[in-house]
Amino acid sequence: MENRFVYADNAATTPVAPEVVAAMTPYLTEYWGNPSSMYSKGREARRGLDEAREKVANLLGAQPNEIYFTSGGTEADNWAVKGGARYMRKKQGRTHVITSTIEHPAVLRSCEALEREGFRVSYVAVDKNGILDMEKFKAELDDDTAVVAVMFANNEIGTLQPIEELTKLAHEKGALMFTDAVQAIGSVPVNVRELGVDMLSLSGHKFNAPKGTGALYMRRGLKIDKYIDGGGQERMMRSGTENVAGIVGLATALELAVSRLPDTERIRKMRDRLADYILKNIPHTIYNGDPVRRLPGNLNISFEYIEGESLLLLLDMAGICISTGSACSSNSLEPSHVLLSIGLPAEKAHGSMRVSLSHLNTDEDVDYIIEKLPGIVARLRAMSPIYPGEGK
Amino acid sequence: MQYSEKVMDHFAHPRNVGEIENADGVGTVGNATCGDIMQMFLKIENDVIVDAKFKTFGCGAAIATSSMATELIKGHTVKEALELTNKAVVEALGGLPAIKIHCSVLAEEAVRAALADYYKKIGREIDFEVPEAEETVCHVHEIPEE
Repeated sequence: MENRFVYADNAATTPVAPEVVAAMTPYLTEYWGNPSSMYSKGREARRGLDEAREKVANLLGAQPNEIYFTSGGTEADNWAVKGGARYMRKKQGRTHVITSTIEHPAVLRSCEALEREGFRVSYVAVDKNGILDMEKFKAELDDDTAVVAVMFANNEIGTLQPIEELTKLAHEKGALMFTDAVQAIGSVPVNVRELGVDMLSLSGHKFNAPKGTGALYMRRGLKIDKYIDGGGQERMMRSGTENVAGIVGLATALELAVSRLPDTERIRKMRDRLADYILKNIPHTIYNGDPVRRLPGNLNISFEYIEGESLLLLLDMAGICISTGSACSSNSLEPSHVLLSIGLPAEKAHGSMRVSLSHLNTDEDVDYIIEKLPGIVARLRAMSPIYPGEGK
Repeated sequence: MQYSEKVMDHFAHPRNVGEIENADGVGTVGNATCGDIMQMFLKIENDVIVDAKFKTFGCGAAIATSSMATELIKGHTVKEALELTNKAVVEALGGLPAIKIHCSVLAEEAVRAALADYYKKIGREIDFEVPEAEETVCHVHEIPEE
């Protein structure tokens, strides 16, 4: 097979879709006004903003006035977790937050910030497949719980959490329910009304909108503390002149992503074919995460006796982009907290590979990975002082 | 984080990979929990390192520093090899990202560990500092208490 470029790291980011660029362009070249300006130039931009908000709301099962545009998923996560907790403390004196051990750093670090403010935070464990331990969750939940923050889908192992059930339990105790749906949006159906959540975050660049775009859904009637002070944009809740073109791009990309959801089966089949091939043909491999309750494009596998950064670099030389839970590729000395949380020993977390496929991937991409991967793993193992050999 | 061209060259085309049968000195440093283990094999004649090979489990920098270390000591005397510093390895590689400096330390230690093994085999007193693999400490992530 000829050399090719295979982008299989769609959980990290995605390319901006041409349709999205086309929808955005007029808002950069022609309708460049400030949406807060009353004259016609401003009204053009306002119209684009309003339409985008309505579109995003419809696609999520929300009302337009429940959508707040942000600079991305991290901002929305920070706002929901910190703002939600502080609001509940102010209103009801609640000082407890529940989250999981496998959340995105945007949520984990926000929880740690709350701990420094005097909140008590429970980090609920997950089982070996990465599903939240419901018994442990119930044991932590009480009348003091201000916010429950559990991600819809995990960014490393793709595990889907029972958000609807968690929401019911949280509401029974009067707590707010927030879910980080950054990885889920565009990959699986998400409807805020059906879920019943109070808040939900999303990030545009995960589904072919530009970076620097995102949103927080906040159910009507809930007004947590505003996040950015200033000129009062986003209904006084999130100041700063709106990123109109980016927001238009986000709405267009979400529309495209939702329209593609029926085709998810193709992505799932490609993912499963790759997983089956690896597990059958490369010895000493471990399948990380849940085989069923997971995002269709996500695959996470550990190759024993090799280290992930080396694997990433050699695959990159072959034209394949993946990511790893190894410490060495992440500017830290610690391997993935998610893989450690599902009980994987550090040395096996170091040797992990995450493949995240999207609608842009093809069967030929999977064929190419299948062609290149075994040789690269074998090459690194031949160099590894701890590799016991194939039959062992 | 970006590697220099030299690092990428030694990573993609590592020199002296493998084992030496009946080596005169073998040293292993690092541990799998931290994500890197280096094993160094030396063939020594008349106190001169006539051959050096390595096996490494680790990142790009770990492989590149192992490769460079073998290159830097081959053909040199034992005494000269003991003077190899991690800094020399880093310089020879055209620099390393700050977070990868520990890989060069490991390479220096691997050479010392192999030389200590050689001294032990020939019954010479070890008059230099020998790293102990078990002492290597890496920062393992602490999972917050639930």
